[in-house]
Amino acid sequence: MNILDVRDLTIRTADGRILVDRLSLAMAPGERLGLIGESGSGKSLTTLAVLGLLPDGMTVTGSAELAGTQIVGASEKQLTGVRGQDAAIVFQEPLTALDPLMRVGRQIAEPLSRRRGLKGAELKRAVVAALEQVRLPEPDRIARAFPHEISGGQRQRVALAMALACEPKLLIADEPTTALDVTVQSDMLDLLDTLVRERDMAVLFVSHDLAVVARVTERVLVMKDGRAVEEGDVREIVRTPREEYTKALVESARQLESALDLRSTR
Amino acid sequence: MKRSTKRSYTLTVGCVLAGLIAVLALVSLFWLPYAADDTSGGRLTGPGAGHLLGTDKLGRDLFTQLMTGSRIAFEAGLGSVLIAAALGGTLGVLAAFAQGWIDDTLSAFLDILIAFPTLLLAMLIVAARSATLGSAVLAIGLAQSAVVARLVRILVKRVLAQDYITAARTSGTSWPRIVAGHVLPNIWPTLVVNLALQFGLAVLAEAGLSYLGLGAPPPNASWGRMLQEAQATFTTAPAGALAPGILLVLLVIGVNLIADGLRDTLDPAARRRRA
Amino acid sequence: MGRYLLRRLAFLLVSLALASVVLFALLRMLPGDPANALTSVGAGPEQIAAARHSIGSDKPLPEQFVHWIGQLASGDLGTSFVSSLPVGPEIASRLNVTVPLTLAAFVLAVLIAVPVGFVAAHRRRTWYGALLNGVSQLGIAVPVFWLGMILIAVFALNAGWLPAGGFPQDGWSQPAEAIRSLALPVITIALVMSASLIRYVRSASLDVLGSDYLRTARAMGSSFGQAMWRHGLRNASVPVISILGIELASTLLGAVVVESVYALPGLGSLLATGIAQHDYPVIQGVLFVSTLAVLIIGFAADFAQRIIDPRLRGRLSGGAR
Repeated sequence: MNILDVRDLTIRTADGRILVDRLSLAMAPGERLGLIGESGSGKSLTTLAVLGLLPDGMTVTGSAELAGTQIVGASEKQLTGVRGQDAAIVFQEPLTALDPLMRVGRQIAEPLSRRRGLKGAELKRAVVAALEQVRLPEPDRIARAFPHEISGGQRQRVALAMALACEPKLLIADEPTTALDVTVQSDMLDLLDTLVRERDMAVLFVSHDLAVVARVTERVLVMKDGRAVEEGDVREIVRTPREEYTKALVESARQLESALDLRSTR
Repeated sequence: MKRSTKRSYTLTVGCVLAGLIAVLALVSLFWLPYAADDTSGGRLTGPGAGHLLGTDKLGRDLFTQLMTGSRIAFEAGLGSVLIAAALGGTLGVLAAFAQGWIDDTLSAFLDILIAFPTLLLAMLIVAARSATLGSAVLAIGLAQSAVVARLVRILVKRVLAQDYITAARTSGTSWPRIVAGHVLPNIWPTLVVNLALQFGLAVLAEAGLSYLGLGAPPPNASWGRMLQEAQATFTTAPAGALAPGILLVLLVIGVNLIADGLRDTLDPAARRRRA
Repeated sequence: MGRYLLRRLAFLLVSLALASVVLFALLRMLPGDPANALTSVGAGPEQIAAARHSIGSDKPLPEQFVHWIGQLASGDLGTSFVSSLPVGPEIASRLNVTVPLTLAAFVLAVLIAVPVGFVAAHRRRTWYGALLNGVSQLGIAVPVFWLGMILIAVFALNAGWLPAGGFPQDGWSQPAEAIRSLALPVITIALVMSASLIRYVRSASLDVLGSDYLRTARAMGSSFGQAMWRHGLRNASVPVISILGIELASTLLGAVVVESVYALPGLGSLLATGIAQHDYPVIQGVLFVSTLAVLIIGFAADFAQRIIDPRLRGRLSGGAR
């Protein structure tokens, strides 16, 4: 059975504008898929729809099965059973994704206590372990800190620790490195890659940057204006892009790379 | 598409409501059904021919008084807002440009002033001068200056923190030019919306003052004073106790709707926040 | 936290001192001689001079000021020019009406505004969400004294359920009567106050409902209710608390209109009489007590926000502005 099975997923705004148009994708357990496209292509909305988290007023049709549960039209109770457990998500903005008024440790503790029934000292140890696992130095200090007291890279690691806390079968990463400094981006990608490989976790990695996607995933799906325009092996697509849009994406990634190469050889 | 039709709908309804009362006010400048002190109609006649809404307890025509009241409401609203815009705007810009303790002191002072209700300030000013429309307008305008000043200070500070101001300064643009070229164009949409809201509040405050007997003296019928005079006969002659209140509410709602409509069309930041 | 409290207390005292100077100067700038209020209409210059002497207004201003401050420091608010009664006890007896009136109205307004504002935000796309929003828009356009008049006409004059105005002579020694007299005034203030509060609660709720952290909590498996309870309430309360502080302060002082509608012997009506009679000690006393209340309420609101929001803790004066 697929961990994620999306068929003819269509997302409309309140006034009927189509944002995602009959999108289909499937992911086997442990598979890593990149979802790539420019901003406004509907890729982030797709990830939200998969978790049943679309903003008020948007309507979804079609089907999205997550670990066997139909998400489209599911009740709140069904959704809370799936979220965090079968699939968890890391959002783009690490500052706003965490509650600014709550200590980091308590935010990580929340899913741990609810899902695994941990309490007291046991819960505290699990929180520290979760922070250690994302390679945060001084996990005790970070657990007591408020989000605004730690750096952007640290916040994103905290968000990742939260997402991994309940060992989900699918990790959705929505541009997890875009808001970070370039120097931190690479570490973050390596960490994410290592952690999901260790756990044999499926990853849906969303990005506008082909080079970033290629580091984590084997297969990519290219979206444009709410539609899937191309799908296939990363290397295949980079070598022989079929669609105009994919060509442009590959071209821009290449230019960047050669610019970087020039610099490093100089 | 749908949003823009809704936007103009708000603005239209607001303009119609406020416009109707503005027409009453304008006509009252040239023509009134009866003279303000004409008491020939008999007391508390109730609505009927000759007197559209009836007469008050002194025999004066209610509709005539309503028209005069509309004029006073507009005078109060416009006068207060003009004072608030001029004084508050200047103070706010000064506070925004001043740094350190001057800014801190001024903001703390404004905060305390804002916490004091308009009415208290008005009562002091009325005590110092006399109970006239001018005193009331001055008092309301002064009280609103504090609110406007605080808003302007925040808005200007926000603009001054932008990179393009730093860029303009580095390239040697003078402060007056920066204010005229960058600050004002960026803050006026929010400011205009707020002033429209202040207009409505000023109309309410003037009504409250004249209800307490601190507004325009007789025979100028202000809505607030009409209501005060009609309070004792509310159950026997409800027209006099209802009509001024209804007009007052319609005018304030109209102005608030205009403010909402303006916000949606003028303020790009608010539009972005909604999207 | 200890250092913050000290600095904040110093700020409060300095503000109070400044306010008392401003108050004193402002009142002396008012035209009109209080001695006129003491003497009969055709009084000769000697009588007026004697009246001035008896109330101390013939002394130089600095001396009057020092005298007043000295009194204040010993807890004495002075003696009324007109009634020759001490101002302090008079204010205290007025506070027996104004404080319960304001606090009850405030609590009622919050109890109305918080759920209504939240529903108006959460269900803004439904007809009743729009209706609630519309009603609050209507509410902020209704003058408080007119609402009072209507409530009196409906519930006191027509139905006869509650008194139309006044307050028992011996006040709270007749608790049932006192409560009945305050019921309509409390409802009047609460309705008007909640109309404007609803708008703030609604916009704070909209911010929270659209926030990323709420989405994160739900993405981790919290139900909507759990996420709102754990994250939404606290976050929405920060901006609302600063508004609550301002509303509470302005109601405490602004109750004068409602006190006038319902003929209540409150602080506002004391001030109104004081102003009409140029009774400086009364005006000074009321405004001084009011300023103190405004400052304390502001301090409390600031302190509450600081406890909730760790980001404000680095600053002297916080608040969501």
